[in-house]
Amino acid sequence: MIQQVEDPAVEVHDLTVTYHKKPVLWDIDLTLPRGAIIGIIGPNGAGKSTLIKSMMNLIPHSSGYVRIFDSNIDEVRPQVSYVPQKESVDWDFPASVMDVVLMGRYARLGLFKRPRKADREVALDCLKKVGMEAYKSRQIAQLSGGQQQRVFLARALAQEAEIYFMDEPFAGVDAATEKAIIGLLREMSEKGKTVVVIHHDIQSALEYFNWIVLLNMRLVASGPTQETLIPSLLEETYGGKLTLLAEVGNLMHKKEFTGRDKR
Amino acid sequence: MGQLWEFLSFAEPNIRYVTFGSILLCSSAAVVGSFIFLKKKALVGDAVAHSVLPGVCLGFILAGNKNPILLIAGAFVTGWLSLVTIDYISARSKIKEDTAIGLILSVFFGIGILLLTYIQHSGNAAQSGLDHFLFGKAAAMVSDDVNIFGGMAFVLIIAVALLFKEFTLISFDVDFAKTIGFPVKGLELVLTTLTVFAIVAGIQAIGVVLMAAILITPAAAARFWTNNLRKMIFLAAAFGGFSGLAGAYISYIAPAMPTGPWIVMVISVIAFFSFFFAPQKGIVMKLISRRAMAHQIQEENVLKLLFQLGQEDKNYFQQRSVGDIQARRPFNTKLLLSALERLKKQGFLEKGDDRWQFTQAGQKKGARMVKLHRLWEVYLTRYLRIAPDHVHEDAETIEHIITPDLEAKLEKLLEYPVKDPHESDIPYL
Repeated sequence: MIQQVEDPAVEVHDLTVTYHKKPVLWDIDLTLPRGAIIGIIGPNGAGKSTLIKSMMNLIPHSSGYVRIFDSNIDEVRPQVSYVPQKESVDWDFPASVMDVVLMGRYARLGLFKRPRKADREVALDCLKKVGMEAYKSRQIAQLSGGQQQRVFLARALAQEAEIYFMDEPFAGVDAATEKAIIGLLREMSEKGKTVVVIHHDIQSALEYFNWIVLLNMRLVASGPTQETLIPSLLEETYGGKLTLLAEVGNLMHKKEFTGRDKR
Repeated sequence: MGQLWEFLSFAEPNIRYVTFGSILLCSSAAVVGSFIFLKKKALVGDAVAHSVLPGVCLGFILAGNKNPILLIAGAFVTGWLSLVTIDYISARSKIKEDTAIGLILSVFFGIGILLLTYIQHSGNAAQSGLDHFLFGKAAAMVSDDVNIFGGMAFVLIIAVALLFKEFTLISFDVDFAKTIGFPVKGLELVLTTLTVFAIVAGIQAIGVVLMAAILITPAAAARFWTNNLRKMIFLAAAFGGFSGLAGAYISYIAPAMPTGPWIVMVISVIAFFSFFFAPQKGIVMKLISRRAMAHQIQEENVLKLLFQLGQEDKNYFQQRSVGDIQARRPFNTKLLLSALERLKKQGFLEKGDDRWQFTQAGQKKGARMVKLHRLWEVYLTRYLRIAPDHVHEDAETIEHIITPDLEAKLEKLLEYPVKDPHESDIPYL
């Protein structure tokens, strides 16, 4: 069940991504609708983070291409916001909550310029939206996991982007934070923003997302939630890796087979 | 003493030059080093420092004398080459970064020593003093050197000030920096170039062997004192500058001494002091607050016990001996006595003929401790479904950290229970 859409927010065309010559994503071909809350779901090692990172061109593609709002990513960077996994940074870094949220304004500021008063006000506003304004001067080392996630979200909001890529924003957060985040996502979607979220829990996915991408090294399904979150497709996604696919991948890794790589 | 005065009066122009030069070099290295420290690349800094030696020697061979421009150019080239090689090896082979750093550091430094020995035996009279590049000799700097190295240091500080926001971002979250379209590769390149510059600027005063210390140690020491990046960098610069000053002084009063080791000694003392005595993060301060916590726990346990005894005898203000208390709970006598004395000082107990009794305030505090203990036991049995005979140990710890705020929440949540899981009364005042 792979449904394509007209005038998509994201178009992934025949994308293959390799890691040390070993394909981790095979021939992904999908389109994501604008203004939707999209869940990317699959088992560990399915390549979910790799997919969104290659959508933003953080990881080189072996073949295929990605277009965002029908443009090359580099032309629309200011409209793209990324919320990395919170474990990807060192929270012992000497910075305050406000410092981190202000980073969301850097794209607009450009090089050399310092944040202006207006940027501080936007940042403070975003902290309010995630319920963290009382913590603006707090050291990031003193935050709980849920609070760290909220700070990352506030930083993304401060970018005032059109499309948001979030890597497991619900991982390791408390119930109150989860509720606050999903409330925000819905609000963003109502304003026409597109939100792409990597998610683990199938139960809540049914309720949270209106578009689902099922992934396990290859694309299993992409379509409206009701049509994709069905037992047969979930079975296909979680029913283990395709052994032949994995074996071929391992062989390519071992032989340093470069046939697919762009030169 | 006379020497110190002569030094501090800066009567001699050369002292003035060398001193200001050293301060500027060391503080600029500390400023750039702060980002190396935050990016956890301390070892890379060390490798680059060692790798500039062959370049210095090649510069000398080419020039035939100690022309600072050629020496710097040579140092810059091999310093850079070492970085590129480390990156290449760790990206393209199975060798991990730490091994690549170790390899490159020793290979480049080895070549440097070979070249240095060759120059020393070449009979070139201009070579005398080249070996100062190993361990540094601030006093050997002449005004031209100071102008060049000091100028480089000044440029470094300006560059970091201009790119402060960008360097902060690539140190904290490099992927995010890429997604917002920052030229991350270019910025990394600038930061690396500045690092090599800082090292090259410092080789005459500090020497290649110990240069890494002045890059990293000031930042590491400053991190203990503050959580604010700007303050951290200013502090690092101040620590670096002070050790530069000390190095220049020593180089002046003891001309036979290399400067580098002395600068490293001074900055290390600052680092050790920070490690032990910085508020909050220092080891000693942590020990002090842990001791205060241990005292508080002992005191609260004594008050709780006296209250329990009073509850049983229906007389809270009875005088009790140390033996009475220990009969109920085997406190260590010495610890118990000191806890009792402290409680007396705090006004929670009174003492008469080696017997102790509650004051009003003490009885109230004792009641609170018993209440917290028993409330927590109720909470554990009710909400975590833990068997009543398993809750005591946990409550022994938790009772000491419950704040009045949590206490109120707990009471409300449990609806003011009157009995704990062991059927003892919960006292409310």
